[in-house]
Amino acid sequence: MNIISLYLVDILLVISLLSLAWASLTTADARRSVILFMAFGLVLALVWARLLAPDVALAEAAIGAGLSGALLLAAIGEQPGSSINVNTDHSEDVQDSNRSVVVTWTITGLCAALAIILAWTLLQTFDNVNNKATAQAVSENLTDSGVSNPVTAVLLNFRAYDTLLELAVLLSAVLGIFSLGGIRSPYQLAGPVFDGLARWLVPVLMLTAGYLLWVGAHAPGGAFQAGATLAAAAVVLRLAGHHNIGLPQGKSLHIIMTIGVGLFLLVGLSMLALGRSFLDYPPALAGTLILVIETAAMISIAATLVLAFLGGRPQMQKHKPC
Amino acid sequence: MSEVLFVCVGGLMLSLLLGLVRVLRGPEAGDRMLAIQLIGTTGVGLLMLLSLLLNMSALIDVALILALLAAVAAAAFTGQQREPEND
Amino acid sequence: MIDLFSSIFMLSGIIFFLAGSIGLLRLPDLYSRLHALTKADNLGLGLLLVGLALHMQQPLFALKLLLIWLAVLAAGSASAHLIAQHARRQEADQ
Repeated sequence: MNIISLYLVDILLVISLLSLAWASLTTADARRSVILFMAFGLVLALVWARLLAPDVALAEAAIGAGLSGALLLAAIGEQPGSSINVNTDHSEDVQDSNRSVVVTWTITGLCAALAIILAWTLLQTFDNVNNKATAQAVSENLTDSGVSNPVTAVLLNFRAYDTLLELAVLLSAVLGIFSLGGIRSPYQLAGPVFDGLARWLVPVLMLTAGYLLWVGAHAPGGAFQAGATLAAAAVVLRLAGHHNIGLPQGKSLHIIMTIGVGLFLLVGLSMLALGRSFLDYPPALAGTLILVIETAAMISIAATLVLAFLGGRPQMQKHKPC
Repeated sequence: MSEVLFVCVGGLMLSLLLGLVRVLRGPEAGDRMLAIQLIGTTGVGLLMLLSLLLNMSALIDVALILALLAAVAAAAFTGQQREPEND
Repeated sequence: MIDLFSSIFMLSGIIFFLAGSIGLLRLPDLYSRLHALTKADNLGLGLLLVGLALHMQQPLFALKLLLIWLAVLAAGSASAHLIAQHARRQEADQ
């Protein structure tokens, strides 16, 4: 009975995922497809939980369910039923339609190529499904890594270089966002209902972010999930009409953005100064170093996501009141 | 005991399906947002049950995040008006 | 004994949950659907969590469950208001 019900759950989850994805891609209305995408993220978080991957489920719940929906909705704009391109110049329509056909087919081709590569990789892993070498290596060295959560150990110790490069990618994403210009115009001050919601939601989200950061050492959690939760708190604050949401201007903002990569590099280079190789922590200090790096990474990740929601560079506002 | 747990999982999956129908059909945007709240609450219940079934207490944390972030999603959707542009 | 109580709570929770979800499909209007969702479903979730809390190994987990239920309640009621306000605004615009 157990196996049957688990299969049923799996089949239902797959059906939900596929139908939500299809509906999200084929609706004409942009807002509707974003809402369907949010539902997709929710179901996907359940799927990760079912697949026994709580770290990924945490990240998906934080980013896919709440944040990406807010990001996309802010990007689309507030008009109901707004479409992505508001091109009203009819003389360019023929040229545009030709160009858009090429674009569509290119994107289709790239997606198909990606799907084929992923399918091929999946088939390869089926051959190696009983190869436990990586899991064994991780569990053997877990006590030396300074944390007891194997995912955090891999991300922040054994493969720390990869995480450093990921943080650098996030930094370049922020630079890309800055190139878009000033931030979007702020929201109106919230009415009583939203105000009451924000009053308890923002502190609880911040506390939860700190909790996730701390618990990441011995249970699923970590810098990424904590950063996303912190960003969600800032998004709620901004939606409630707060203008600055505590983001500093100028130099302090630059420090916040770069502290993730910067501290990581600092720690790695000081290992070189101590005579070890780059990012090779001494086992005695490993736990503390990981916590310090994760804190810095959480701040940077939260800043990146918040800047993505703001839509540009904080100092210059798009529409300055004169 | 595990039979009761499985019946509950089945009930919640059914509720998820009903929410799915509403999300895909719902004539207005408000209906879809409503269905997302339902999917969020169902998800919280499912994660609690799974944490007991799969003996994984981390899923309780996932349920907490899901509950909070579903509220953020509803907040983001209800489109607080932007400040009117001064000209 | 605990099993019996826990099962009663969980099953009644699921019944309320399903009642609310069916109401989501069958009720005619957005506003009535909001009623079904926030009242029945949250009550169902609460009963379900009481049943689960009786099984938790540590009391800390039961406390977490209570916290999650309170968060769902507060967030759900605020969200229902916001959704209804948004719907009213849409109607007024048309």
